[in-house]
Amino acid sequence: MLKNVNHYYHKTIIYTVLMLMALPILATLVYSFSTKWGATILPDGFTFKWYIDLFGDFRFWSAFLRSAIVSVGALALGLVLLIPIILLACHSAPILLKYLNYIILIPFAIPPVVSSVGLLQIYSDSALNISGTAYILIGTYFTIIIPFIYRSITNSLSAVNVHDLVDAARLLGSSTFKAFILVVLPNIKKGILTAVFISLSVLLGEFVFANILVGTQYETLQVYLYSKRVASGHFTSALVITYFAFIFLFTVIASYIGTKNELRSSKKSV
Amino acid sequence: MKINKIDKSVSLNAYKTDSITLDIVHQRLQSKQYRRFIKLLKCLLICAPFAIVFFMFQIEPMLWVLINSFKYEGQWSLYNYTMLLDDAFIHQAFYNSFYFAFLSSLISTVIALVFINSLQKQKGFLKNSIISFINMCSNFSGVPLAFAFIIILGMNGFVTLLLKDIGLIDSFSIYGKTGILVIYTYFQIPLAILLLYGAFDALKQEWYDAARMLGANFMYYVFKVALPILTPAILGTMVILIANALGAYASIYALTSGNYNILTVRIASLVSGDIYLDPNMAAAISMLLLLSMSFVVLINQLLLKRTYHAKKR
Repeated sequence: MLKNVNHYYHKTIIYTVLMLMALPILATLVYSFSTKWGATILPDGFTFKWYIDLFGDFRFWSAFLRSAIVSVGALALGLVLLIPIILLACHSAPILLKYLNYIILIPFAIPPVVSSVGLLQIYSDSALNISGTAYILIGTYFTIIIPFIYRSITNSLSAVNVHDLVDAARLLGSSTFKAFILVVLPNIKKGILTAVFISLSVLLGEFVFANILVGTQYETLQVYLYSKRVASGHFTSALVITYFAFIFLFTVIASYIGTKNELRSSKKSV
Repeated sequence: MKINKIDKSVSLNAYKTDSITLDIVHQRLQSKQYRRFIKLLKCLLICAPFAIVFFMFQIEPMLWVLINSFKYEGQWSLYNYTMLLDDAFIHQAFYNSFYFAFLSSLISTVIALVFINSLQKQKGFLKNSIISFINMCSNFSGVPLAFAFIIILGMNGFVTLLLKDIGLIDSFSIYGKTGILVIYTYFQIPLAILLLYGAFDALKQEWYDAARMLGANFMYYVFKVALPILTPAILGTMVILIANALGAYASIYALTSGNYNILTVRIASLVSGDIYLDPNMAAAISMLLLLSMSFVVLINQLLLKRTYHAKKR
């Protein structure tokens, strides 16, 4: 009897919180499909009009493309610059890990608004005039994703014995560099993929830097979304849902890779 | 290649010493030093590009903010800070920022604790899917979140209408204090859950059973056993949440078009607004924001020292 009461209590708590969390998303979803939904509790009718409008808008596609370019650019920069350091740290200079652990806290601790105060001044009147271009966004987005890349790659490296792998490869006649590329990298592929998808979902939602540093000069998805605030609410809902569909996709892929990884390692330990 | 170079250095030094043993020692030392030097060089070469880009986009802006907050019309001065301390508008921004940060962090931590407590009793698959969902929700913030809230809680939002129909509220504005607090709490809850989720593994079922066996009721167990054990994790989570809320900008900016007076909105309007630009003043406000964040961290450290379970670790 008591156990039953407890059971229902827990279920109620979980589903209440989940429902509250899902409510804004679901409401936006319904709103984006409805013809008119004002001053009533339920919408009047359903339509695809808003999505057709959205996908027919050239500005949407170009904003989307710009977001993709900047995100992929920052991601490539992050992976190329950070992976060698992490590998080096794990293989031969563990002291670097100590510093890296502090360094990755900085982007978390400094709010983007604060960084942008300095960035705006440094890069608008110095020799390096990149304010208002994609380059400054790639640079700042790089700093945003450092912690995510670092965390997921070190996580997957913890299951791999870098030293043994490299030593074995070298015994078989490979160079250290070749050993890293051909032996270690494939072993942390899952960590890299997780980093990619988490970073993409974070960067696709980035608004602060994009709005303050670049604005409409290089309109990214979020800035486009913001500029549409005066348009019909149904149209912006369609846009929000499209954006969220991508986030959903990225998160599902990332967590799928993650759980697969877990399964594999748990099977190994058995 | 390597051997050749070492040979050269050996032959160069060979005429200096006539003892063979000394020569061998020297040679070993040299090659070791040489190898160490090469290793260091490689380290630097690998780290340098990262360090340069990181400095350019993270450290240099911070230094600019730090230095220029102490400058007024090109001169070193405390003018920006003295101005800030007298400005009632800034005081209000401070008050608002902290009001939202503290209250939303507190509410979301409590909700997260109750939620995780229930979640722990669930089966593996359900638990994992729920955590994935929460993870996804943590990405739902900023501009899209503000729009979603306008749809459900705006003037004609269906939740507003529903609540009015039931008679729970007379008038509610998403653009006012309560509305903004709701949004803050919404984006803090997933973060609180994700941060506290791991900490609950420290609670063992046996402790609950033992406490109950010894005559404690549930509340007594919560306040005397569970919460003290969780305190370090809760404090740490609170700090991250407060810092997160203090730095939040996008959702409130999108919601009120930058008209609500909080610190981050003040900073942004001083560097990219349409009316009045003063980056040095923005730098000074930024410094105060960072200072108050470190103050929160400091308080956390002091509180942490006083908790019993932190001492043991």
